[in-house]
Amino acid sequence: MMRLELVKRPQRSALFSMLSPFIAFALTIIAGAIMFALLGVNPLTAFRIYFIEPVSQVWQLHELAIKAAPLILIAVGLSVCYKANIWNIGAEGQFIFGAIFGSIIPVLFPQFEGPLVLPLMLLLGMVGGAAYAAIPALLKTRFNTNEILTSLMLVYVAQLFLDWLVRGPWRDPQGHGFPQTIQFGDAATLPQLMPDAGRANWGFVFALLAAVLIWILMGRMLKGFEVRVLGSSPRAGRFAGFGLSRMVFFAFLLSGALAGLAGISEVSGAIGQLQPVISPGYGFTAIIVAFLGRLNPLGIIAAGLVLALTYLGGEAVQSALGISDKVARVFQGMLLFFVLGCDTLIHYRIRLIGLALTKPDGAAKLEAAPKLKEAR
Amino acid sequence: MDITVNILLTIATAATPLLIAAIGELVVERSGVLNLGVEGMMIMGAVAGFGAGYLTGSPWIGLLAAIAMGAVFSLLFAVMTLSLATNQVATGLSLTLLGLGLSGMIGTSFVGQPGVRLPNLDIPGLSSIPVVGKLLFGQDPVFYISIALTAAVMWFLFKTRTGLTLRSIGDSHASAHALGIKVIRYRYLSVIFGGACAGLAGGHLSLVYTPQWVENMSAGRGWIALALVVFASWRPWRVLAGAYIFGAVWIGQLHAQAFGIPVPSQMLSSLPYLATVVVLVLISRNKRLTMMNTPASLGQPFVPDR
Amino acid sequence: MSANHDGANLLEVRGLTKIFGTLTACDHIDLNIAKGEIHALLGENGAGKSTLVKMLFGSLEPNSGEIFWNGQAVRITSPGAAKKLGIGMVFQHFSLFEALTAAENIALSLDDGSPISSIAAKARALSYSYGLPLDPESLVGDLSVGERQRIEIIRCLLQTPQLIILDEPTSVLTPQEADKLFETLERLRSEGKSILYISHRLEEVKRICDRATVLRHGKVVGHCNPREETAASLARMMVGNEVQAVVRAPVEGIETAQPLLEIRSLSRKPATPFSIPLKTISLNVRAGEVIGIAGVAGNGQGEFFESVSGEVLQQDAASVRIRGKDAGGLTITGRRLLGAAFVPEERLGHGAAPRMKLSENLLLSRHATDGRAFVGAGGMVKSGAVYAASQRIIEAMDVRKSAPDPEAAALSGGNLQKFIVGRELDRRPSVMVVNQPTWGVDAGAAAHIRQALIELSRSGSAVLVISQDLDELFEISDAIAVMHNGELSKPMPIAEATFEKVGLLMGGAEPGHAEHTLETA
Repeated sequence: MMRLELVKRPQRSALFSMLSPFIAFALTIIAGAIMFALLGVNPLTAFRIYFIEPVSQVWQLHELAIKAAPLILIAVGLSVCYKANIWNIGAEGQFIFGAIFGSIIPVLFPQFEGPLVLPLMLLLGMVGGAAYAAIPALLKTRFNTNEILTSLMLVYVAQLFLDWLVRGPWRDPQGHGFPQTIQFGDAATLPQLMPDAGRANWGFVFALLAAVLIWILMGRMLKGFEVRVLGSSPRAGRFAGFGLSRMVFFAFLLSGALAGLAGISEVSGAIGQLQPVISPGYGFTAIIVAFLGRLNPLGIIAAGLVLALTYLGGEAVQSALGISDKVARVFQGMLLFFVLGCDTLIHYRIRLIGLALTKPDGAAKLEAAPKLKEAR
Repeated sequence: MDITVNILLTIATAATPLLIAAIGELVVERSGVLNLGVEGMMIMGAVAGFGAGYLTGSPWIGLLAAIAMGAVFSLLFAVMTLSLATNQVATGLSLTLLGLGLSGMIGTSFVGQPGVRLPNLDIPGLSSIPVVGKLLFGQDPVFYISIALTAAVMWFLFKTRTGLTLRSIGDSHASAHALGIKVIRYRYLSVIFGGACAGLAGGHLSLVYTPQWVENMSAGRGWIALALVVFASWRPWRVLAGAYIFGAVWIGQLHAQAFGIPVPSQMLSSLPYLATVVVLVLISRNKRLTMMNTPASLGQPFVPDR
Repeated sequence: MSANHDGANLLEVRGLTKIFGTLTACDHIDLNIAKGEIHALLGENGAGKSTLVKMLFGSLEPNSGEIFWNGQAVRITSPGAAKKLGIGMVFQHFSLFEALTAAENIALSLDDGSPISSIAAKARALSYSYGLPLDPESLVGDLSVGERQRIEIIRCLLQTPQLIILDEPTSVLTPQEADKLFETLERLRSEGKSILYISHRLEEVKRICDRATVLRHGKVVGHCNPREETAASLARMMVGNEVQAVVRAPVEGIETAQPLLEIRSLSRKPATPFSIPLKTISLNVRAGEVIGIAGVAGNGQGEFFESVSGEVLQQDAASVRIRGKDAGGLTITGRRLLGAAFVPEERLGHGAAPRMKLSENLLLSRHATDGRAFVGAGGMVKSGAVYAASQRIIEAMDVRKSAPDPEAAALSGGNLQKFIVGRELDRRPSVMVVNQPTWGVDAGAAAHIRQALIELSRSGSAVLVISQDLDELFEISDAIAVMHNGELSKPMPIAEATFEKVGLLMGGAEPGHAEHTLETA
């Protein structure tokens, strides 16, 4: 009979806060190998197809950047929320509303062209995402409503709203009845970075920029300090004179705006029009990215690239081995599990203790419980 | 008259999975643990139920598989949050994400396959009594389980010593630990019970409600079940009432779509989700009351000194 | 009545040791408790008393050592095992459940399956027979601290223990309630029960205890008969050396000094289901004086502190005035900018963020008042300046720590409290409001903090101290007011104040509070 026991560390372990994502990744690889073996595929072959082949050519790296951009943008915003202990899990909906708002110009005013179009679209996208995120923020501050549930419910509503738009009022009249809007014009298309080398567009630059800015905000600025205090001990935050309600709005609006920017960048860059489905779950995968990056914006850049690779790898194994591309989702879920588990090591040492080794009764001498394994 | 009975029957069918999942989560939250993975456990139950039913041809084996899958899947959450003291919100989310992915992968080959359906109860004589016969004696077996479960949980929580102990842990795990109550053990059992319930609810979806496998077929019901627990102020009979109100909303919008009411179908489809938001707002508005009802240690990690 | 030294020991402890990480909380402790004696366990905060009794009650597992119960070697692996042996415990931080009734609380610690109603009846009968009346149907959340302690005691007695452990039982009682408790304890002794009485209050130990074991830094430093010792000699054993006595020169002509903090008819509705409303509180604190607010915990002190500090705003802006300006509508930041400083009761999680460094915790209360020094253009934090200032405070207050800039949670209670008080003193505030300045702090640190508060007042600031510790208030205050049930009495000049007078007010015995007279008195 074995028992896990946690022993609190006097200080957080700097070593493990660096190592934990790597341990988690290693554990995911092991679990993944078992999974592939169960599916009847040689794990080594599978891993080569999953992790290496999708990034072995330059144009593929561009695809990786395209997938990573929305993940990083959203996750960076979410990291601010989660640091503040505010649980926005509706980024998927904010992503969709950013895409919808930003598409107002190319869909409703396609004749409007010029250099102003794109900046306006991006701005509208951020406004759309922020506005949609303001709903759970308002309900939380005004009516004390749990933001986890409201922000999530609004994802379903956003998906249905987009579905209605592209099948109804915004449908391309020349689109042979397909549920999609007109193709965006050149002025409304996010330019590619290096058109000769691959498809990657400015969205990736936005993502890197956002990550660096948020990193400065969280690490160097008073506002970031406010976020961290309110998140880790709200009472101390109130004692410091920081307002929790203001923080709820700040975190939701910021993360909503970044998700909205991701949405409009995706639509105007990678897709080129609105469709019933514009995201393979970026808003949810970004939650994993945020935690894998240890809620640190620079870590999130790396984590975003890793998670983008799981998407590409999923497509690759599907076409090469005939395994469902859902395997990507499984990888992502396992990764998050292991990351959370490994994070325990930052604050605790883990001891495995054998229960059967202690004598039943009487026999007075007490010894320290036998330690079988100790992770320091 | 027949239409009314049929509508009532479909409402009951729509309410049953919500009720079962929410009752399970209620017990979990009463013990002080917040498991946001209901959606994930439910969809895993659904795919396991469908799969086992499809492969063996027996819906009953399917139902047992659904329960077992929910319980096993919840064990993952229990180990993480109870033994490793991870953040309950994040761990619950990851359980849902993992469940959605894993069920999609497992269910790839089930898509489009005909499923098996758990037969309705049919007691000769009783079931053919007009109106009440069908409502009381002609429903699917899980419906009866859900009602019995609600009554049993009510009795357990408020009439038994073990139930009192469970509630005390939810109120203050530190006090409970000081009295020598095995906090972690109680919580493990609660979480597993909640998982089994969510699995059963999922099994109901794929073996009764729509006997087939569709990816993401739980469609947010797990989340609505979580909202129901808040709505019910952690009281079983209010969960029952809430589940039937939501069942009615769900069925109402389907009927409205079928009747061709001149409103976009997407808007009707979003009604259950919007209703959830509205209901949450109404119930949480009174901050004092919410504080009174919420188990005080809900969501707090617990690491005993040793 | 003297201890029964001839009879067999009920409990014998040999070499009991408990190690937490690098800290040896209990180091080879020896302890004997005879049948029918009240045995004191003396020691400062952090001496290892709580750790020791947790091991005796089975909630902590010792690393080594032996325990004998009636001469038999035993292992106490859980509180359940302790109860089976006949050990009962009354916790300092009550292990009660606020959302449950008294009877349900009692039922939870009894292992028999008897119905709640019969437990309630038994509890009611027992409580009246010991003169500790108790309504088993009431919700614990609605009860006062004294009433909660009764539940703990009754719950313990219902298990018919042979040894009762009481952890700092009088820290939450008025002097009169404490007297009542002592009567109960003496009656239990006369019934042949043994009592392990944990305290750092020397007078009461001298009064009721037959023998004492003194702990310091986790080790037993002596056994004695407290009746043969003086309070001073006991204190020396506890602390190890003389504690600097706090010096307080009387103030002259305070009546004419300018009031820097004025509270005028401050009222507040209860914010949470179990909190206390404040009822038209008025008080002036003048430049140069220390005013103390006494009261049993849970009589509105926390609510009062929040209202004065500005963590909660007032409707009426004039109900709190700082340096002559209406401050009732200002946030805590606004009140700080007027020259006020605040130290809350809870150190970790309120006065300091546990998982943040000391330098960051300095910024916590001073990001606005020292905005120019600590925050640069565009909201960037000048971490170098913040770090330097935190080191200055650490030095001034003699804060002992293991790393240059450790997390707040890594400091001992006393050292963290010195930092938190020092953080505010460093600003030279003209108004200082402190809630429980030395709660759970070792004697050396406590003396340091008290002296610093007196000196601040003598340099021309107004100091308001809320405390449950009457000794402390008598040591540092120029006048004492008493808070009871959300009302504040008139301040009593220290020359006129006695323990008895203050104690009566703490119990609610004052014209206008007549309905709250002490049931047990």
